[in-house]
Amino acid sequence: MKIMKEISRRNFIRQTSLSGIALTLGASVSGKTAVEIINAQTPDKMGTELMSWISIDKSGKVTIVSHRSEMGQGTYQAIPQMIAEELEVNLDQVTIFFAPANPKKYGPQPQEGSFSVRGWYKQLLQVGASAREMLIDVATKRWNVATSECYAKNGDVIHRPSGKKLGYGLLVEEAATLTPPQNVELKSRKAYKIIGKPLRRQDIPLKINGTAQFGLDKKLPGMLYAVVERSPRFRGKVKRFDDSKTKAIPGVKQVLTVKRAVFGSLFEGVAVVADSLWAALQGRKVLVVEWDDSGFDHPGSEQLASQMRENLKKPGPSPQFEAAFENATKKLEAVYETPYQSHSCMEPLNCIAHVQDNRIEIWGPIQEANWIQADLSERMGIPKENVTVNMTFLGGGFGRKAFPDYPHEAALISKAINAPVQVVWTREDDMRLGPFRPGAFYACRGGIDNKGQIQALQTITATQWLGEGWSPEPYPDPKPAGYNSGSLEGMPSPYFKAIPHYSFGGVGTRSPIPVMWWRAPMANTAGFAGESFVDELAHLAGQDPMDFRRSHLPDKRFQALLDQLEAISNWKSRGKNAGWGVAITECFGGICGHIVQVVRKTDGKLNINKVIALIDCGWYVNPDIIRAQVEGSIIMGLGAAIKHATTFNDGKAVHQNFNTYEMPRMTDTPEIEVHIMENDEPAGGVGEPGLPPFAPALCNAIFDLTGKRIRTLPFKLEEV
Amino acid sequence: MPLYQLSINGKKYRVNADAQMPLLWVIRELVGLTGTKYGCGIAQCGACTVHLKGAPVRSCSFPVSAVLNQPITTIEGISNDNSHPVQKAWIDEQVPQCGYCQSGQIMSAVALLRDNPHPSDADINAAMQGNICRCGTYPRIRKAIKRAAATLPKTNGQ
Ligand code: FES
Ligand code: FES
Repeated sequence: MKIMKEISRRNFIRQTSLSGIALTLGASVSGKTAVEIINAQTPDKMGTELMSWISIDKSGKVTIVSHRSEMGQGTYQAIPQMIAEELEVNLDQVTIFFAPANPKKYGPQPQEGSFSVRGWYKQLLQVGASAREMLIDVATKRWNVATSECYAKNGDVIHRPSGKKLGYGLLVEEAATLTPPQNVELKSRKAYKIIGKPLRRQDIPLKINGTAQFGLDKKLPGMLYAVVERSPRFRGKVKRFDDSKTKAIPGVKQVLTVKRAVFGSLFEGVAVVADSLWAALQGRKVLVVEWDDSGFDHPGSEQLASQMRENLKKPGPSPQFEAAFENATKKLEAVYETPYQSHSCMEPLNCIAHVQDNRIEIWGPIQEANWIQADLSERMGIPKENVTVNMTFLGGGFGRKAFPDYPHEAALISKAINAPVQVVWTREDDMRLGPFRPGAFYACRGGIDNKGQIQALQTITATQWLGEGWSPEPYPDPKPAGYNSGSLEGMPSPYFKAIPHYSFGGVGTRSPIPVMWWRAPMANTAGFAGESFVDELAHLAGQDPMDFRRSHLPDKRFQALLDQLEAISNWKSRGKNAGWGVAITECFGGICGHIVQVVRKTDGKLNINKVIALIDCGWYVNPDIIRAQVEGSIIMGLGAAIKHATTFNDGKAVHQNFNTYEMPRMTDTPEIEVHIMENDEPAGGVGEPGLPPFAPALCNAIFDLTGKRIRTLPFKLEEV
Repeated sequence: MPLYQLSINGKKYRVNADAQMPLLWVIRELVGLTGTKYGCGIAQCGACTVHLKGAPVRSCSFPVSAVLNQPITTIEGISNDNSHPVQKAWIDEQVPQCGYCQSGQIMSAVALLRDNPHPSDADINAAMQGNICRCGTYPRIRKAIKRAAATLPKTNGQ
């Protein structure tokens, strides 16, 4: 496939034949003005637009739009791969480019909940199939033959009896005048030539020579730079600031108070605007800001933890559960504790905004184009159609870049200074200002009967609920105890068929610390508690952890997963020298099981030798991307289990950079083997389900080897 | 501000910069080569790795005034057609995910293989330990380094 090489450096403009909208995408080459670049392009470069996602030029070159952001998870490849399958073109005939936010045209474009493929695959396949049928239709009419005698292959329509061929390029203009047929029959999975194959990602060539353009790499002519000193206690108000030294730095243009919306609150900062990033950074170093931190708590980690421990006791008893628990043959109670975490995407947050009169255009690593478009429109009072959101490649997202605060702040600065501006967050800003994954504590109680079956299971969650940030200031009081599905996230659903009495509840914990979703939200902590506790119950019942799960997951899909997990790992014939742990979680439409193997090295320290992962994500597009996502999920899960945690002191985040917020590195990486279930289930998530099982499988393995049960994350592997 | 003459990827550049300005910002903001990335600014993540006279340095923590007349190589200077054995191995093993750390990873790997064309696992650990990948591409990086090594002559570097 020919990628629009250096897509990042060019501007694309085109008249879409159907809607007549001029779409521009991309960047300007530094030193040239935008106008020159646009003129340097032939307007019809992409040819005729056949469907919203597909354009074909006269030579038959196909352009497919990837309308979702690419943050590493492979949608840049996966979306065109799906469309090309039904369109009957080779991927090497195809050029890919990112579409700006345009919900009218592409439907929603968020990138969360592992939704790119599972949420939209049927629609995208239909788009490819409709386009193909329109092209066949035109050819059939030209030849005056029956449709049934024609088929499409490799970008041509072919008349079977005569062998006559017409390339798509010769058919597209006429095809574009037809009404797309609805409900075209889709290909069977067996007939796939592109889907299901480990095709190489087309963004990779751009990512190994410096040409892939991330948000920080984007420049606009006349663009200024801003760095912002933001309230380190999140909610502090700017009392006063002294910019006398800042203004003395050559290149500094303006210093101004700025806000950004974080859920229902406006957080404050002081922006230093300069004609170079360096000048802005230097100016910020000598800026003195005095904060008004009154009116809210300044908690430390211990305070938050004891609040959560207290809250675990608050929900009232559930009579049915209590009765069943009382009657159980053996009982167990355990509390699991997980910390706050920062996303720490490799590319710190950044955003370019240009606000002019009644228009806003932004560029950046944007995970949630539609939300950001709508949010900017509302907050800035500018009609949505005048808000253009351009996505660059994202240097990681993990949920953080699906939040509109950083574009909002950039837009406010641009408006105030009346110029295009790039707002750059330093690593320290990015790591210490949140919103964070909330810490979450779980109190589990379970009872088993004399046959070793769980009779009663309860989980109480104490955490800062993800949604509470929307409540107005001051940050809200704890919600009364009650059911919250967040407590269940990650637990394999068939458990609830097998366990006669279960009860889930939670208490929101009150804190001024902003929190939000993090890769595999809620499941990444609840899965740890759930699958650790099930393991503890298995040992209480004196059963093999795999067999115990088998008798509690009465569902064909889970039974098949367990069988295969056992087979690929040789679970039954495992030796005594290594500790083996298993955990299975279900979230975001995917089911994933891990087996972690730990050994004690000759120096007495524990080592994670190997992780075997088996994911069931149903119908899938690209097995190699799935393997990569699961590998990455395991390593991110490993970081959260044994490397890093965000702690607070006096209301501020303690860790600000990778020197103390330690990331997994090459030497921490175990051997990883990823397997994929083959079945006919609908498409599931891929980017998130591989993360939650890691921590419980690891702790279960450590218990297997050492008899020591770990219930608090993170922990130091070398100290176990 | 002093004037510096730099040689980057075989080309000469003259830049006016603060003596303390890290080479990273000189390369990205003044010269305009954006393949070299900012990740931490404190020599912890390796995203900013470039070669100075062939040796890997963290350009975020290296003042421009210390470059003197040593030639600099950035990711753009490795090859622009992805023909370097390390780049080829990166494609074959499908290493990058988000890709943000990969310029730095590749610069560290190229330097490793230049000095040690057939590294052991321990050599790979030592050379790559300073490069963080938040996406967790380490298993593939290790494989790709071994694959690239296999294409190199048995003795000496390139
Ligand atoms: S940016 Fe230089 S090591 Fe991280
Ligand atoms: S590929 Fe994303 S940080 Fe390494």
